Parts: sequence; C-alpha cells; structure tokens
Amino acid sequence: MFLAYHLQVVNLLAALLLLISFAMLSQRRITGLVTLFAWQGAALSLSTAIVAWSTGQHHLYYSAALTFILKVLAMPWYFYRLVKKLNVDRDVEPMINIPTTMLIGIALVIFAFNLALPISQMSGTVTRSTLGIAMASVLLAFLMMITRSKAIPQVIGFLAMENGLFFAATSASYGMPLVVEMGVALDVLVGVFVLGIFFFQIRETFDSLDLKHMEKLKEK
Amino acid sequence: MEIYWLLGIPLAGGVFLALWGSRRNAPEINALFSLLTLLAAAALTMRIIAEGPMTVGGEGWFFIDPFNVFLVALTAFVAFTTALFSRPYMRIEKEHGRLNDQRLRLYHSSYQIFIAAMLLALTTNNMGILWVSMEAATLATVLLVSLYRTPASLEAAWKYFILCGVGIAQALFGTILLYFAAEKVLGSGGTALLWTHLNGVKAQLEPTVLQLAFVFLLVGYGTKVGLAPLHNWLPDAHAEGPTPVSAVLSGLLLNVALYAVMRSKVLVDGALGNEGDNSMAGNLMMGFGLLSVVVAAFLIKRQTDVKRMFAYSSIEHMGLVTFAFGMGGPVASFAGLLHMTMHSLTKSAIFFAVGHATQSAGTQLMEGIRGLIKTNPTIGWGLMLGTVAILGVPPFGVFASEFLIITTAMHEHPWATPFLLTALGVAFASIFGKVQPMVFGETTLPRLPYQPALTPVFIHLGLVLMLGLFIPPYLAAWYRQAAHMLGG
Repeated sequence: MFLAYHLQVVNLLAALLLLISFAMLSQRRITGLVTLFAWQGAALSLSTAIVAWSTGQHHLYYSAALTFILKVLAMPWYFYRLVKKLNVDRDVEPMINIPTTMLIGIALVIFAFNLALPISQMSGTVTRSTLGIAMASVLLAFLMMITRSKAIPQVIGFLAMENGLFFAATSASYGMPLVVEMGVALDVLVGVFVLGIFFFQIRETFDSLDLKHMEKLKEK
Repeated sequence: MEIYWLLGIPLAGGVFLALWGSRRNAPEINALFSLLTLLAAAALTMRIIAEGPMTVGGEGWFFIDPFNVFLVALTAFVAFTTALFSRPYMRIEKEHGRLNDQRLRLYHSSYQIFIAAMLLALTTNNMGILWVSMEAATLATVLLVSLYRTPASLEAAWKYFILCGVGIAQALFGTILLYFAAEKVLGSGGTALLWTHLNGVKAQLEPTVLQLAFVFLLVGYGTKVGLAPLHNWLPDAHAEGPTPVSAVLSGLLLNVALYAVMRSKVLVDGALGNEGDNSMAGNLMMGFGLLSVVVAAFLIKRQTDVKRMFAYSSIEHMGLVTFAFGMGGPVASFAGLLHMTMHSLTKSAIFFAVGHATQSAGTQLMEGIRGLIKTNPTIGWGLMLGTVAILGVPPFGVFASEFLIITTAMHEHPWATPFLLTALGVAFASIFGKVQPMVFGETTLPRLPYQPALTPVFIHLGLVLMLGLFIPPYLAAWYRQAAHMLGG
C-alpha cells in the first residue's frame, strides 16, 4: 500500500509529462515553449527522485539532481536569454496546422503504447507501466521537430526527445549506469552551448532563424 | 598505460590550442600533438600485437583487441597526415581571406578534440560511453563544418547537427534497451554495459529485446555511417566544410560509426544464436549496405561539385563495407576490414588533392577545374592516381578488397552481385568521366603560386599500392585475428 501510493504519484507525473508533450505541440510562442520544457524537466526530475526513494536506487538521486539543474534551471535560463538577445519571440505558424498535428499525435501515442507493450511485460521494475508514456513523448517530440521550421523550437524538440528517453530508461531499468548518464548530460550541455554559438552565426548570415531560408542544398 | 597517453594527448592538445591557438605556429603545434598521438597509438599497437586483447583500468573501462587497435592506428595515422596537409592548406585559406585567427583557433582546438572523441569511442569498453563519445565527435565537428560561415556551410552544419542528433538519439534508445536486457543477467550498475561482460553472457540476453535494440542502434549509428536512406547530411557536410575536415569525416568518422554497429552486431548474433547465413543483424546490414551502394552510385552521376561527388563515393564504399560485414564469415570480414583501410587512405588522399585543385581554380564546380596536369602537374597526378585507386583499378589495394567482397558475394549471395557490379560500373563511368577532363582538359587556369602540400597524398597512395601488391604476412595475420573478433 505504501509503495502503491508512490507509484500513483509517479503515474500522475508520467501523465503530466505526456500532457506537456501535447501542450508543446500546440504552443506557438517560443518563450511559452521554453516554459513548458522547464516544466517537463521538473516532472521528469521529480518522478526520478520518487522512484529513487521508493526503490532505494540511490544513483537515481544524482540523475534527478542533474536533470533538475540542467533541464529546469540552466537550459531554460539560457534559452530565455537567447530568445531575448536574438529577439525572435513572435507567434510562429507551424508547417502543419495545430489540430491536424494533435490528431497525428494521438495516433502516435497509440502506436507507442503498442510498441512498448512487449518490453514492459518483460521488465521487472515497478514503473514499467510508464514505458509506453515515455515512448509516446519521444515520438511527440520527434513530431514537433518535424512540424516546426524555426531553429529554437527544433532544438527544444530535440531536448524533449532526450527527456523522453531518460524517462524510458528510468521506467524500464531504473536508469542507466551513472557514468553514462553523466556523459549524456555533458553532451547535451555542450550541445546546447554549441547551438547557442551556432544560432548567432545563422542569425548573422540569414538575418533570421527561420530554417526556410536553409533549403538550398538539395539534389537537383 | 599507452591508452591514457593515446587519449590524453589529443585532449590536452584541444585545451592547449583553445587557449593559445591564435599563435602563429598553431598549425605546427597541431601537427606535433597529432604526431605524439600517432606515437602513442603505435606503442599501443605493438603491445596488442605482442600480448593479445586486453582490458585496462578499474573494472575494465577500456578494451583493446586486434579489431579496434587496427582502427586506432589508422585513425591516428590519417589524423597526423591530415594535420600535415592542413598546415599549408589552412594558411592559404587565411591568405585568401576565408578564415581569420579566431576561426583557426576554433579549427585547431576542435580538430584535436574530435580526434580524442573518436579514439575514446574506439577504445572504450562501455557501450554507453561509446554513445557519449560518438555524440561528442559530432558536436566537435559541427562548428568545423560551418567554419567558413557561408549560408551553404551553415545550412550544411545545421543539417548535420539535427540529422545526426536525431539519429544518435535512436542509438541512445538502442543502448537503453541493451542495458535493459543486460541488467537482468549482469545485475544493475556500471558493469552491465561493459562490452566484454556482455560478450561473455550474450547467449543469455533476451533475444527479442536485443533484436529491437539492434534495429535502433543500426539506424542510429547507421545515420553517421551515411547509410542510405539516412545519408542526407553527409554530402552537404563534406562539400561545405574545409577540406581537411572533409578528409577526416570521410576517412575516419564513418569508420568509427561502423565500428559501433559491428560491436552491437556481435552481441545480437550471440543472443539470437544464429551467426552466419540467417543472422538477422547480418541481413539488415546487407540490405542497408546494398541500398547505399546502389543509391550512391546513381547519385554520383548527377553531381557537379567535386567534393560532393567524392562524398557520395564515400557512401558507396561504406555501403560496400557494411555489406561485407553483413555477409560475415572469415573472408568477407577480412575483405571488409581491408576495404575500410583502403578507403580511408585513398579517400583522404583524394580530398587533399581536391583541396588544392579547388584552391587553384577558386571553385568547387567541376566545370571550372580543367587541365590540372598542365598547370599543376603534381596535383593533377595526385587526383588522377587517387581516382584510379578508389575506382578499384588494379594494382591498387581497393581492387583487392573489392574483388574479395564481390567473389564472396557471388559465392554466398549470388542475387546481390548484379546490383553490386552495376553500381560499381556506373560509379566508375561517372567518376572517371568527370575527373578525366579536370586533369587532362584544355585550361586557362593559372598556376598555383605556392608549393602544394602533397606529400601526404603520395604517402597514402603509396601505401594503398603496396597493400594491393603485397600484404605483409604479419598484417594479414592481424586482419585475420580482427575478422575473427567479428565472429568470422
């Protein structure tokens, strides 16, 4: 009963994670997207901490702390600053209209649950039922990357995908070995800073962060 | 011990050049660090040849066997010759006003870190760290591809980052699944992703999970190998980046990515218990490999940019190697390893020659490059010989490895041979037809006002020629051991 109570909280947070993924799909403003990304990170970090507490897997505490520092504090702060400096926070129209995107999203969720079913049956963790949700949020993030033409939303989509993968790791096998998680976090951090430099280069050259200008390299 | 030198030197080089890289002698320092890395790699190779496979450090953080030590030696060697080539080349680019000191500092520092990341990917025993270092290698090169800050180069770098990022995220999921299967057998914790541990218990790993994991790993790392239909980033990144970067991307990074696929394949084959003919992993690799060969060969025909054309040729050759490894067995694996070596050496030599050719013509378009043999004979000969070598004309080594691959295919998978032969024929006709006027045509081009850095080109081609005529017995034995590691 004691354990089940915590599990319910984890399931609630998993549901929140999925909801936030959908909210991201429908969000038009970049600052709104960054806020949602920070909330998604918070849900991920909290659920990881709860799993750590209820199962006694201590290394998950580090993973939760790492997620919190990077994905709730550092990266959103950095993105807010970027958006302000580059002055790009306007409403953006996605390439496919939002209701259609949502419908595709629902189909993806069903697909993800089917895909995750055989694996979660094999898993021995208490959190296995959330594996489907993790897969769904990976696919939804992927969808967001496809339907946005601006550089920053694409990157946020990429990071949301990373969130989904971490959640999958937590629910299937209580996370990855610590050294790997640290390495992945380092890569993500470096990646975001490299992109920061990169955004300024794109901006300097194209005078915009719209990737529609970047469709010259094609096979004729 | 050597392993720490091997990884430490390029890393220290990266930091050193980031801090003091705007000095005038930065290119020499870059070459010096690369030379030290090569010496460390040589020492490591000697030790492995003498003592056989070994694990190093803690619970076995590094694992070195004949398979990866051969790639380590190749990587360190090509990294060194590329550093030699880039010394005069980048200086000329700077004189042409395409680069400044700031960007050269970024270039030298990233170059060293890129080499360090690839060497870590090759030597680590942990499948998770393998993923981390592959991603680090991508990140180190993103800003190198966009070094010229032209619109096209920025677009290429963005495509490279996003496509490889998404690809490598698939590989991360594959790694998670692998850990999920491993943790049941090995228990949780840091050792469950160590390849040597996994290899020991591969027969007990859950086959369905491993199957799924391999699909994700193949798609993920396969994006970086440039396998069709995931190859879109590759021609752009190769064509728009500076030539030394094209040379190391094509000659080294693709190999390292394929190495990651091969390490996964050994595990899956073990878990499914069906090595050889009906290996699911092998069949998938054969399919992707064959598709890449055919797609690339037909796209080569349509290229107008010389670096793009040779980038497609890289896709074709990596496809061929993937196909060979997919077939498995001692001969095919041997041929695949040999072809990997030949392709690295030849393709980087071609890029060196092409780099100087484009510098003298001031364009990368093939119609603008004409009659090199008259104005700059060494560049002309370098390009011609390199092209002849990569097209598989005997007596160059590429012929030997392609011949082995095709005869094995005829023997074991006859259905594939018409595709392979057609594709190789089309590639031959298109590349030769386009390079011939570049070298021998009528020209109005001026002579290069400086001495081109072509020693590395002829060293590489000399090695390829030598290996085509005669493979020293100890090298052959070494390749055979490596092929054996691949389950051949």
